[in-house]
Amino acid sequence: MSDASTTESNSNDLAIQMIDVNKWYGEFHVLKNIDLNVSRGERIVICGPSGSGKSTTIRCINRLEEHQRGQIIVDGTELTNDLKNIEIIRREVGMVFQHFNLFPHLTVLENLVLAPMRVRNIPRAEAEKTGMEYLERVKIPEQAQKFPGQLSGGQQQRVAIARSLCMNPRIMLFDEPTSALDPEMIKEVLDTMIELAETGMTMLCVTHEMGFAKTVADRVIFMDGGEIVEENEPNEFFDNPQHERTRLFLSQILAH
Amino acid sequence: MADQQNTGGVTMPSKPPPWNDPVVRSIVFQIVALILLAWFFWTIFQNTLTNMETRGISTGFAFLNREAGFGILMSLIEYDESHTYGRTFVVGLLNTILVSVLGIIIATILGFVMGVARLSDNWIVARLASIYVETLRNIPLLLQLFFWYTAVLQALPGPRSSLKLSENIYLNNRGLNIPKPIFQDGFEFVWIALLVAIAGIFVLRRWATKRLDETGHTFPVFWTSVGLFIGLPLLVFLIMGLPLNFEVARATRFSLSGGANLIPEFIALLIGLSTYTAAFIAEIVRAGILAVSHGQTEAARSLGLRHGQTLQLIVIPQAMRVIIPPLTSQYLNLTKNSSLAAAIAYPDLVSVFAGTTLNQAGQALEIIGMVMAVYLSLSLGISFLMNLYNKKMALVER
Amino acid sequence: MTDSNWQPAPSLPPPAATVGWIGWVRANLISSFSNSVLTVVLGVAIIYYGWQILDWALFSADFAGVDQKDCESSGACWVFIRSRLDFFIYGFYPNAEIWRINVMFGLLAVLIIPHFFEGFKHKKLFGWLLITAFPVVSGILLLGGILGLEPVETDKWGGLALTLVLAFVGIVAALPLGILLALGRRSDMPIIRGICVCFIELWRGVPLISVLFMASVMLPLFLPEGVNFNKLLRALIGITMFQSAYMAEVVRGGLQAIPKGQYEAAAALGLGYWKSMRLIILPQALKLVIPGIVNTFIGLFKDTTLVLIIGLFEVLQTMNTSITDPAWSNVAVEGYVFAGAVFWVFCYAMSKYSQALERKLHTGHKR
Repeated sequence: MSDASTTESNSNDLAIQMIDVNKWYGEFHVLKNIDLNVSRGERIVICGPSGSGKSTTIRCINRLEEHQRGQIIVDGTELTNDLKNIEIIRREVGMVFQHFNLFPHLTVLENLVLAPMRVRNIPRAEAEKTGMEYLERVKIPEQAQKFPGQLSGGQQQRVAIARSLCMNPRIMLFDEPTSALDPEMIKEVLDTMIELAETGMTMLCVTHEMGFAKTVADRVIFMDGGEIVEENEPNEFFDNPQHERTRLFLSQILAH
Repeated sequence: MADQQNTGGVTMPSKPPPWNDPVVRSIVFQIVALILLAWFFWTIFQNTLTNMETRGISTGFAFLNREAGFGILMSLIEYDESHTYGRTFVVGLLNTILVSVLGIIIATILGFVMGVARLSDNWIVARLASIYVETLRNIPLLLQLFFWYTAVLQALPGPRSSLKLSENIYLNNRGLNIPKPIFQDGFEFVWIALLVAIAGIFVLRRWATKRLDETGHTFPVFWTSVGLFIGLPLLVFLIMGLPLNFEVARATRFSLSGGANLIPEFIALLIGLSTYTAAFIAEIVRAGILAVSHGQTEAARSLGLRHGQTLQLIVIPQAMRVIIPPLTSQYLNLTKNSSLAAAIAYPDLVSVFAGTTLNQAGQALEIIGMVMAVYLSLSLGISFLMNLYNKKMALVER
Repeated sequence: MTDSNWQPAPSLPPPAATVGWIGWVRANLISSFSNSVLTVVLGVAIIYYGWQILDWALFSADFAGVDQKDCESSGACWVFIRSRLDFFIYGFYPNAEIWRINVMFGLLAVLIIPHFFEGFKHKKLFGWLLITAFPVVSGILLLGGILGLEPVETDKWGGLALTLVLAFVGIVAALPLGILLALGRRSDMPIIRGICVCFIELWRGVPLISVLFMASVMLPLFLPEGVNFNKLLRALIGITMFQSAYMAEVVRGGLQAIPKGQYEAAAALGLGYWKSMRLIILPQALKLVIPGIVNTFIGLFKDTTLVLIIGLFEVLQTMNTSITDPAWSNVAVEGYVFAGAVFWVFCYAMSKYSQALERKLHTGHKR
């Protein structure tokens, strides 16, 4: 198992570098000394109890949250208050949300082509072609002219994934993508994510789906109390948890 | 058994006796209600006829053709004492429409600004906007009108010592005196140029959208439209040799003469109505923007859309759905509230027609009926249009 | 790689520049260049104009004295308010009988103030008394003529006392009428529904002024010979008709919010229409819309000022006549500021109460 955090200092191979990142909400110290390096093409799963700061960590990567101390470097660009840098980074990083956040007043296809047209200035015809291709990849091309309110939860999340992919990002962030879904729809979304992983996309997923972690992840990271407690490749992680807290957490979520 | 009836082999439930049958009871109840209502209206009708006879009040609408015999402070059309009562109706109606339309425009702009300001990052701006809203919403409109009219406008100096706001614009207790535009030959072409500019803006928008679709390049539609709207008429104006003169006010022995005068009643009513309604509109706008879930903004930003694009394409379209219905309600309220003009002698429909004309002609029934009919049709018309809009705009769901 | 000797890190305090009042200022006042400019400009303007207003209202103002001569300074002439205060509150009510209005105010305070306290046990009882016994007792107190009280005609009523009478009677009369209209609008019987819809839309579509004109001018024509209502009664009838339409819409909102299951359960228990309305549906619906009812009351309270157009001397009109009284000059600003402040205090308090209620009821009504 590669130890990405110590030997790889050549930032060209690193998709994401988080160095000593600290964040506070008011007085509350929500992220403590986060050190995390993600190589290109790596698939990382972050798990942990609620309130452990895992969502906050990935939301810092595309500046939906601001960190107060430390450095975050995405694809060679440092993330600061500089608006220009933020926009560059957001174009290369895609995000899928727990509650989908599709735009309800636009059709599915319009949801997909909006950003490519407005941000990357791609002509409509080409954007729609790309959009339809991604809709086919997520297996719902027939829904193109429907509105999000007419789709099931699983279909909506797949559209959300396609929407992010239409921007051709180098990195995809997933913030508990299946937590808001009915059980019978979780599989279709996870299958989509597995397929995506097989294309070599750099992925950072916050999730409780441990089956997915075992199938796809290169590394599993366990966070608790705002810091990284343990990280390991999946087999070692699940079979040989090193810390008490990790063991406790695993016993709770793997029990049922 | 007596409880069952056999109709051709099929057993039907038996019919209850009429006094227990809900259908019969409902019909009887409604008929009784109708009879009571008819009797009620009949009695009132009879009483009214008797009373009007006793007092020598005539009926019918013939009075509308009688000479009015009184002057009106402000009129958008030709009017003097020799015109008819019917004409006073029209003058009053136009004055109501004028102050309502202008009030709606100002209130909307002010309301949107205040509503957005309440959500500002800057604490001072947000607090000031809150104070504005909470103060104006909790004080009666009539009091605010008196304040503007009595405390502010009447405290202004007389015409001979007018406040000079700028070259040829004077403020005194007779009103706001601005230069009166006198259109000369050739100015019609400027109006035509304006219409052409407006048409051109629509064409421009369609072309820009098409270009965006085909090439992906955005075009600065807004500023080009502004340029067209101002520039084209201005160009024609210059070409035609500046066919516009202004009549400005000159000081005479006792006052100012000339120019166009906006009477203080009009100004007070306009300011009072606009600022009051703007406070309510501010709350509606704030609620509308807050109603758009933050996840929408987050999704848009994480796709790379800039702040302005997020607002224009994602937040505002969704906020407008929530804003438009109560906003229309406020527009109706403003129009109805314009009737408070009667208290400060602005010659609106109620003040002129249900006030002076009623006092002179005495035909209360017809006059008040006409006035209420005007407001009622306005309310119902706008409600109807809004229901149509609501149906069209509803988010499509399964 | 994971370190087996890992210990959880301590929670550190945030960097000093991001919390406390420094952090607050940085986030709220100077977070960007344009923000900072705005803060400076507005701050200067507030201090400058604020000082001038304070000076006018407090530092240079005249508080002591009896008439115009005591108002020499450039500040506010609060002497005017003090000398006319009785008129604002009691109108033309004879001096000897003012104690009756004070008793009414006292009763009102006793019945209302406890509602602001969380733990008060008898809110429901006091609420009922407020809308049933209180209006009757006040009516007797103010009108007199029985129980040894001197009769006082209604055209002597004025000022704040009259405003409260108008607002209160308006709401108390409009509520039952509004409930009936709301029920009628939801009825299955088309004629009843039609009548109620027409009634409601009629009163909601016309301005209150025209209703007051109608009541004041047309009502005498509608009544049989000899029957005459005094001005106050005509105004009250107009206000009641008008408010009942708005009240009907508020109550209808409450009725619509009650889940269908409640209607069905009541029917299944064998309760007829009126019993199920009285015992099951209306108690829930009315409780739901108390904030809406309070909001309607706030609107009515402000609308009572319109009766000055038909010649009644409610509090705004008492202010107007005082301002134009030749004994005083140039007191319009003081007068309207004071009257505005009085209204503001009442309406703001009521709206805060309504908001607090709404929060409380919202959490109690999880569905």
